[in-house]
Amino acid sequence: MTLELARDNGMPTATNGTAALEQSPFAIRGLTVSYGEKPAVFSVDMTVEAGKMTAIIGPNGAGKSTLLKAALGVVPPVSGRVQVFGKPLDTQRARIAYVPQRASVDWDFPTRVIDVVIMGLYRELGLLGRITGRHKAAARDCLERVGMADFADRQIGQLSGGQQQRVFLARALAQGADLYLLDEPFAGVDAATEKAIIAVLKQLRAEGKTVVVVHHDLATVTDYFDNVFLINTRKVAEGPVSEAFTADTLQAAYGGRLATAQVDQLGVAPVMGGVY
Amino acid sequence: MSGSEFVPLSLTPLLIGVFAAVACALPGNFLLLRRQALIGDAISHVVLPGIVVAFLLTGVIAAGPMMFGAAGAAVVAVVLIELIRRLGRIEPGAAMGVVFTTMFAGGVLLLEQTDTSSVHLDVEHALYGNLESLIWLDATGWASLVDPVALSYLPPELSRMALTLLGVLVFVTLFWRPLKISTFDEGFARTLGIRTNMLGLALVITAAIAAVAAFDAVGSIIVIAMFICPPAAARMMSNRLEGQVGWSVVFAVVSAVLGYVLAGYGPLWLGASDAVSAAGMIATVSGVLLAVAARFGPCRLRSGAPAGV
Repeated sequence: MTLELARDNGMPTATNGTAALEQSPFAIRGLTVSYGEKPAVFSVDMTVEAGKMTAIIGPNGAGKSTLLKAALGVVPPVSGRVQVFGKPLDTQRARIAYVPQRASVDWDFPTRVIDVVIMGLYRELGLLGRITGRHKAAARDCLERVGMADFADRQIGQLSGGQQQRVFLARALAQGADLYLLDEPFAGVDAATEKAIIAVLKQLRAEGKTVVVVHHDLATVTDYFDNVFLINTRKVAEGPVSEAFTADTLQAAYGGRLATAQVDQLGVAPVMGGVY
Repeated sequence: MSGSEFVPLSLTPLLIGVFAAVACALPGNFLLLRRQALIGDAISHVVLPGIVVAFLLTGVIAAGPMMFGAAGAAVVAVVLIELIRRLGRIEPGAAMGVVFTTMFAGGVLLLEQTDTSSVHLDVEHALYGNLESLIWLDATGWASLVDPVALSYLPPELSRMALTLLGVLVFVTLFWRPLKISTFDEGFARTLGIRTNMLGLALVITAAIAAVAAFDAVGSIIVIAMFICPPAAARMMSNRLEGQVGWSVVFAVVSAVLGYVLAGYGPLWLGASDAVSAAGMIATVSGVLLAVAARFGPCRLRSGAPAGV
């Protein structure tokens, strides 16, 4: 009983066809993840559109982060298949940049801001490659882009939450990827950081990169994103914001947890016929 | 002290102590940052049943079978810890605590039931080791260091410990970058293609090899202390991983040398007549160094730690 609300939106990327699979920077088929007996993500298909910004949204515990982590092999999936730019994930690691949730690491780790950004150069440096002035300059450039150049030599524990998030984004920029996957980059950050991050993401999009963001703030979806992917363990809807981000799909994803009044404030299309 | 006295009596125990301390402290840095510091404690305890079983099977006290028994027990312990953690849904520290106390107790029971009174295998030996007895009687002075005949009578523990330290050094140097990245941010490390499970296992195995080799030479007290005290003290001296690891080596060497000297001469200076256990003194010195670093180190505040940790 999968809800397939994305059925008729006319998006070629929303189909299960092999052409979509070949073209998409990030295509997931039949992904199921389970932490216990209950699946956290069940049989999810996702086809990210190239050169666009896509938000993954859904209620708490709906499997948003899990979907991303399992697709990238951070947590083991039960089943499913992932293709990146039409090829197996493991052959495309150099084209992917992943920003985990800020709270997932211990910021007391003994390292400086610049060292964290240089971690993004790992695939270039390899096991024993020497870090040269060129690498350090590249890392500083990335810090500059997120407005953190002045903090390069600070210990990471001395940063505020928003600054830590920007350092993580700088590390992703250092990877020079084509596909950026961010897990809740706006969670618990100050307004200035949110502005800085969204500016960088939009710049990436302008450069033709593809951006996927696990997002929790429904109020900013329309402003920030081109496409949405709604999930509540199963896929609820997928497509352009104007079509897939509606009162219908939100009710389907959030159920009773989202008051009608809230839906009204989002300015999305009204619930039709009370089907759900 | 003249060379003719120092070289045969003190040089080899000092070197073995230093090698053992550094070999344990190096992987200890990563274990500490991964909140797995108790692994060293666990391994050094569980080797006891391994050694007893090896003795029961072979009937001889020989380094080879003992090391095999100890290594086997260490592997069993690591697997048990993982099993309990996953099946019992118990936090890693508690799982380690359960496994090492149970296996150590089992080892003590086995030891009591077997007639090992005739051989030198007892709990005391397991705890303190016998660093003071690893002397080089064939040496006559500094000249012996270039005398092939005398060198061939070096205690075998020395070369074994040196080789272990070399192995640890190679591992940490070669995998420095992935170790650092995966210790800080395991999820990110995986997306880079680093096989973090294999690396974590390799780290634990490296730690186990260091622990077993050091246990054989210097006893479990030093092993436990060196896995935790020098890295923990070093963390308070530097906010960079490179600095922390460097300081941990310094602290390990200072603990080994100072501890050995204090154990041999400290009681005499205080008017007592007998030397005390070098292993005990080395561990004590490392603890004192930790206390000093905790009071005076420049990086004592856990600034970036999540609340409640």
